[in-house]
Amino acid sequence: MGNNNLGIKKVDLNKVPFKVRVRPYLIVAPSLIITIGIMVPFVMAIWFSFTNYSFQFPTHRFVGLDNWVNMLTSREFWNALKISLLYGLFSTAIEILLGLGIALLLNSLNNWLSKVLRVLLVFPLMVAPVTATIVWQLMLNSSVGIVEKLFNLFGLYNFPWAASPDTALMTVIMIDVWINTSFVILLVLAGLQSLPKSPFESAKIDGGSAWFNFKNLTLPMLKPSLYIALLFRLMAALQEYAVIFALTKGGPGDTLMSLSLTSYQKGFTFQKFGSAIPYILVLWLIINVLAKWIVKRQRIAQKQASGLEG
Amino acid sequence: MKKILVVLMILVVLMTGVFAQGSKEAASEKFDPSAVKGNFDWKMYDGSEITVLFSDHTYASAVEAKLKDFTDKTGIKVNYSSMPEGNYFEKLNVELASRSGSIDVFMTGAYQSWGYATAGNVEPLENYINNASLTDKSWNYSDFIPGVIDALKWDLKPGHPVGKGSQWALPMGWEVNILTYNKKVLADKGLNPPKTAEELLSVAKALKEFGGSGTYGLAVRGLPDWGTIHPAYMSLYSTWGAKDFEVVNGKLVSRVNSPEAVAMTEYWVDLVKNGGAPQWASYGWELCGADLGAGKAAMMWDADRGGYTQNVKGASAQAGNLAFGMVPYPVSAGKTEADMKSNLWVWSMAMNSASNKKGPAWQFMQYFTSPEFMLWSGTEGSCTDTPRTSVLTSQAYRNSVADAEGYYEAFSKVSKDASIFFTAQPYFVETTTEWAKVLQELVTTNKYPSVQVAMDRLKKTMDNIVADLKVE
Repeated sequence: MGNNNLGIKKVDLNKVPFKVRVRPYLIVAPSLIITIGIMVPFVMAIWFSFTNYSFQFPTHRFVGLDNWVNMLTSREFWNALKISLLYGLFSTAIEILLGLGIALLLNSLNNWLSKVLRVLLVFPLMVAPVTATIVWQLMLNSSVGIVEKLFNLFGLYNFPWAASPDTALMTVIMIDVWINTSFVILLVLAGLQSLPKSPFESAKIDGGSAWFNFKNLTLPMLKPSLYIALLFRLMAALQEYAVIFALTKGGPGDTLMSLSLTSYQKGFTFQKFGSAIPYILVLWLIINVLAKWIVKRQRIAQKQASGLEG
Repeated sequence: MKKILVVLMILVVLMTGVFAQGSKEAASEKFDPSAVKGNFDWKMYDGSEITVLFSDHTYASAVEAKLKDFTDKTGIKVNYSSMPEGNYFEKLNVELASRSGSIDVFMTGAYQSWGYATAGNVEPLENYINNASLTDKSWNYSDFIPGVIDALKWDLKPGHPVGKGSQWALPMGWEVNILTYNKKVLADKGLNPPKTAEELLSVAKALKEFGGSGTYGLAVRGLPDWGTIHPAYMSLYSTWGAKDFEVVNGKLVSRVNSPEAVAMTEYWVDLVKNGGAPQWASYGWELCGADLGAGKAAMMWDADRGGYTQNVKGASAQAGNLAFGMVPYPVSAGKTEADMKSNLWVWSMAMNSASNKKGPAWQFMQYFTSPEFMLWSGTEGSCTDTPRTSVLTSQAYRNSVADAEGYYEAFSKVSKDASIFFTAQPYFVETTTEWAKVLQELVTTNKYPSVQVAMDRLKKTMDNIVADLKVE
């Protein structure tokens, strides 16, 4: 009659009522179900990427690596990868910098104006991205758009915005920044308000400049919040679909055909799921690797901010 | 041991899910329309319930307005839903591919039905139409305009023309693509309504910024999807004498790089660049119509009803100022008015082959395509593109469109030679999307040294897409 690692005799465990014995399984059941709910489609997706699965034909067959080889040897894939990375990196970088700047300003103001602005700045987050994009589309329209009228005041006419390959990426990033900078502001503001006051008071006594305080106190202690903002925004931006689809459907030409859009178009518009899935799996891989790296950096920053690591 | 068992169980669940997909059969119950006997009765499916998915459109609104009448007459309850056209077909693709029978009747176009019919997702209707026990005598199949009803027939053989084979859908309305112009703007500028392609180009150029910044000559679609190719572009392409595909040695071969196709596309690029909207590449039919109605565009070449709805009193700022022309034909290519061709679009309704309520679904379809309903929808329900001859020739219909100058004449004349000028094949959406992308690149970039080079590349892309299709 052995003991388990808790020192309870096994014979005693058998006497535990069924209700109590089943409790651990019930506790983990929801997470297990969710895991299966995620894993089943994921495993299915991997399987279908090796088939010619299509909505247009009642059956499908195994095609080996055909879909993967076709994707990796196509100009379409490398263009989509480039668009996704450019969109993800630029929109995230601008949102983090802008969000940080505005949050610092609001935090330093700390008066009625900053309170009003905090409420107003949340508005873009309350609008569905597709709706926001359609409103922007109207504002940028060369016939009726208010932005066009403003540009006219400065002698600029018929700015092409999303209609030209030269300005389309900039336009969608601009809309993304408008929608999502508020998220960064909220996150950074919360981080700023949780910072300890004593280091700043000491620096003030020692005559530390604003730049010195920001560089040596605020930024190091704020890094964990910034990494969280980076994690959420980069993941979402790399997957971006709504803004691009609502504005240009990926055009002009294939100027804005990101990995998400290319995959969507192949899967749902052309109904060729077998060739659509590799695109989304590549995107998953990129996001997974980047997310793991950011989480690791966030943990290190957290330790450094807590003074646990130099 | 327990751990191994748990892992094995999870794997079994996963693999069952994966491989069960491969052998999934249609979930519908067998329904043989030929086997239904007895007298026709509108109440024969009293108490049934069906689900209908439509795209937001005037035709759908007309049906929605009369749902109660249908339920009162048949006892069939209808769960009706509609959604914007932008994502409608993607949603529909998923619903149909699931073969769950979650929707019984849906809205489609002739082009899309080629793909759905090939996949076995739509029910052939001839056995319903020909069974007097299922179809009311007054329904009158032969009253449909031949070109319109035939556009929804196909024998499932890529490359074969429409008009033969099963009836895959019934028409709700159809559209020809003609020129609509603002007669006030043209008169103010001393310009005559263009009749030829050459006149259209010069008038569109002359009207650039006719009313200040942002105003322009001609509104045409420019989004990177099939919707950009099928209306004005395909109408002129066909009038020019060009073809999308030809059958060569049992294969479909793209002809988008033929001399006629290249000449027409060169003209089109010039037209859009110098007479089109500054943001043409983001224009679908909604923006084209909105600009015409707002007085920002002086002309529009699109579906006839796009201009018609803007001209209805109170519908837009330019209502009453719009008039209708025909299909501009290229004199430089030796074409005359007799060569005018308008590509046809038919909004139609089809039955899901996986439906478990095919009897009630057929009653819904025949009720909302009946002469009685279509007379109402054509005259009072804003569905002016009626597919029924009896409605088109009625005085009530003529009276209802009398306020739209030139509309009846244009619609009647152009519709005689209107047809689907695309080659029927299941990859229509993919080939035309690639086509629209190249068109966008030609207008907005200097990526290609010439239109010929762009169309040569497009031909290769299209040939690759249809490579696995065999033509018998």
